[in-house]
Formats: sequence, C-alpha cells, structure tokens
Amino acid sequence: MLELSNITKVYQGGTVNETCLFDNFSLSVPNGQFVCVVGSNGSGKTSLLNIICGSIPVDEGRILIEGENIVSMPEHRRHRFIGRVYQDPARGTCPSMTILENMSIADTKGKPFNLLPCVRQKKVEEYRALLAPLGLGLEDKMGVRVGNLSGGQRQALALLMSTMTPIDFLILDEHTAALDPKTADIIMQLTGKIVAEKHLTTLMVTHNLRYAVEYGDRLLMMHQGKAELDLAGEDKKHLRVEDLLEKFNAISVECGN
Amino acid sequence: MIQVLGVLEQGLIYAILSLGVYITFKILDFPDMSVDATFPLGAAVTALMLSNGFPALLTLPVSMAAGALAGAVTGMIHVKFKVGALLSGIIVMTGLYSVNLHIAGRANVQLFSFDTLFKNPSAAALSPAAQPYLPVLLMLIMVVAVKFLLDYYLSTRSGFLLRATGTSPSLVTTLSQDCGKVKILGLSMANALVALSGSIMCQYQRYFDISMGTGTLVLAAASVIVGTQLLSGLRFLRATTAVVLGAILYKGCVALALSLGLSPFDLKLVTAVLLFLILIAGKKTDSFGRVKKGARHA
Repeated sequence: MLELSNITKVYQGGTVNETCLFDNFSLSVPNGQFVCVVGSNGSGKTSLLNIICGSIPVDEGRILIEGENIVSMPEHRRHRFIGRVYQDPARGTCPSMTILENMSIADTKGKPFNLLPCVRQKKVEEYRALLAPLGLGLEDKMGVRVGNLSGGQRQALALLMSTMTPIDFLILDEHTAALDPKTADIIMQLTGKIVAEKHLTTLMVTHNLRYAVEYGDRLLMMHQGKAELDLAGEDKKHLRVEDLLEKFNAISVECGN
Repeated sequence: MIQVLGVLEQGLIYAILSLGVYITFKILDFPDMSVDATFPLGAAVTALMLSNGFPALLTLPVSMAAGALAGAVTGMIHVKFKVGALLSGIIVMTGLYSVNLHIAGRANVQLFSFDTLFKNPSAAALSPAAQPYLPVLLMLIMVVAVKFLLDYYLSTRSGFLLRATGTSPSLVTTLSQDCGKVKILGLSMANALVALSGSIMCQYQRYFDISMGTGTLVLAAASVIVGTQLLSGLRFLRATTAVVLGAILYKGCVALALSLGLSPFDLKLVTAVLLFLILIAGKKTDSFGRVKKGARHA
C-alpha cells in the first residue's frame, strides 16, 4: 500500500509568485493497482510522481509505504523499490554504452556496485530473450550504442531496464509522449504486459486519454492539485474516451483554457 | 635521438595526467580546474619526501593519496554545497596554491642531490648503453599499468556507474545509486592520477616549481581531445589508448613548433589557440557516439 497523507506543496513560497499546488492532498494506492493519471498541464500530475519518487521535497505531509514514512528518504534510496521511466528516452538509458552494457548495469541494481566485471557473458542469452518479444530487432544489436537507436527503441529498452530487477512500484511519467503513435502503442502493450506479469503497483501519467481508458484499473483526473475524478473497478471498466474527454473539457473551460 | 627521447618521456608523463583528466573531462563531463593545483601538489609532496630521505617509490602512493584527497574536496564542494563545477575546481585550485607552498617549503625546490625514480644507485649500476633509456622504460611501464588498470576499472560495476553518471545521471538515480558519491569518487581517482603525474614530473626534471601546474587542465584536455577525436577513425583503439597517444602526439607537436622557431613566450598562447581549433574541428564527430548538444534533434 502506497499512501500520500495530507501532502502540502507550495512553489516559490514566501514570494509574490507563491502558488500552492497541493493543499492537504491524500491518496492511497493498494498493492498491485495500476493507476492512470490524466489532467491538463500544471494540474500536478508530474509533481505527484516527483513527490513519490523524492525528486522534489514536500512542505508537509507523509508518504507511507506499507505504513513506513519515507518522506525524508533521499531520492536514490527510494528507487530501491521504485522503477521509473521518463518521458525523455535519453533519461532511462545511457547513450554512450551498448545495449548489452545498459542491460548489464540495470541488472546490477540492488547489488553492490563494486569491482566485479559488470557484463557477464552467460547473461547475454537471458537479455536476448527479454528483447526478442519486443519485435524491434534489438536482440541482434547487443553491441550497438544506445545513442544510435531510435526514440522508440530506447524507450522500450528503458522500460525493460527499469523492470528487470525486483521492484514494487513502477512510475511512468508520460513515457509514450515523445513517440510516434505506432511506437507508442507498442510501448503501451509492453507496459501492460510487464505490469500484469510482475504484479507491479503502477502510476502512469499520460496525456493520451485512450490509454488512460484502455489500461489500468483506476483513473485519476487531476485538476489544480486535486483529484477531480477518481474511478476504479466497474466504473473505470465502463468508462469511454468520450465521457472522459467531456469531463476533461468541462474542467478546462472552468479554468478558462 | 635525444630529442625524440625527451618528447617520449614528457609525453608519457603527460599521458598519465591526461588519463586522469579523461575521467573528469570526458567521462564525468566535469571541467575540473583543481588539476592545475593537484599536479604541483604531487610534485610538492614528492619534493618534501625526497629531500627528507624517503625512498622514491614511496612518493608515488603518497602523492596519489594527496591528489585523491584534493579531488574529493572539489567533489564535496560541488556535490554537498551545490557550487558549480568550474568554481568548485577554482576554489580548490586557489587554496591548494598555499598548501603546495607550505608542503614544499618554498616556491622552488631543487632535488639534484637526492635519489629519484630515475637516478639512484641501482640505476647507476646499469650498463652505460642502457642508461639513457631507463626513464622512458620506467614511464612506459607506469603508463601501461595505469592504462590497463583504468580499462579494467571502467569495465566493472563501479566503472559502469561512473560512465553512466556523466551522460545519464537520472539512470544512476533510478538504479538507486547516489550520483554525488560517484562524482566524488571519480574526481578523487582523476586527481590521484594527476598528482601521480606531477610526482613523476618532479622526479624527472629534479625540481619543484610552484608554477608548474599553470595550464595543466588546458594541456591535458588538449591531449584528451587530440587523442579521442583525431584518432577516433581508428576503431580498434580504446579511448584510453587514444588518450595516451594523444598526449605523446601533442607533446611532439609542441616540440616541433619550438624547434621550428616558436618562442617559448608564445607557448601558452599557441596551446590555447590549438585547443580552440581542435574543439571546433571535433564538433561534428564525438568519439563517444554521444549526440552533441546542438545536434540532438538532427
């Protein structure tokens, strides 16, 4: 169970530009739930993910994982049980290293980063077997530098890398936004498969309402730091893109967009 | 022949320096100004130890430890106090100037009457024909050792982390590792090598001079870029080998320019202009396969 309890976050506090993003925001996500988060720009979607991951500090409130408060745990420590894929494919992979080297370093997560050789040849077949189902031909490019791959290939690799080692939470930050529609579909199918196979508690921010409707078992629509819409179970299953769009527009019009 | 030997000797000393700067400048993408003071730091430590009768071999690890410490200070200032990379290095460089003077005791220390790595009783026992080649041989052994150790390190788990920190810090964070610690470690290693190079230089020229570090970063960066960019066409070359060759090549070019009548007054100016030109020439190709900032969306 991941719980955000009474989170308050103020940007540029103490200045005339002070903006309060979250005021007493609370959210609880049961283990194994796949939550899609939608909302307009500035609604607090990405801030929500950054707060959970520890990329930005909160002013008040608690973040609980299985009841333990992690609010003062530094960002990198939290990633021991969190996997994260960013919008920019460059952030989840290392461009100057080959596919094999990238997968090897990802595979070392949770182990000591000591003076043992990082690449283990006996693991190569295992990595190939992970890459082959993507259908992107990456399994034959193990020696190619990741900087030479396309954005979609890199994002697929980033997704695989973030979920190779045991994690409890998967944080997806608009991870299909920089991809063309076809590649985005491939990445989303892969996401759905991995989340189901590994029973990961997932938070996915997306601007694609279709994905938000098709995937996941809970939907949050954020607006001005609040969850305007929170649908789970049957309500989420019967949700249609048109309904969601209508609601989305209603909120945006209120806001004057 | 003697001149070629001299170029080789100095080139090999600068090769160790350049391998250190390669770690910060290329791998960590950190322009570390503190090398301008850690190079003479190694020399100052060596001068102090030699003139107090310590064995020459012992000066190498002690110099390296001093350099590592100084590099760690630069890293801490940058990581813990969030001071920019250049300024962190400049702060340490400036402070170390006084530290170096304190260690050496004065601005110039001559070591002609003391045993060094290259001039000692066992070296004197060699046949006169072999004598001139002793320094270059010893240096070659040290450079090859440093190169292979660095190559091995860069293939380890810790080395992979170092490589990832320079290009993709967010990946390192998601691997649950602290980028700051990796940077501090990298700066320590780099400055240990720079100080080692300073120690060897001090024993080679048999004196310490407080100003011997001026322009170290520019010189080393030039060697790194000459190596990694001009030799990037040779695919079979490892980047570390290219850096070693770059240092020797660079030193050769300077010697050639001097022998063609370039005034030593103009040396630094020529170095600066040369570095500028090499940087521009290398803009399109990057030996790391790293996409250049301006050309990211090309």
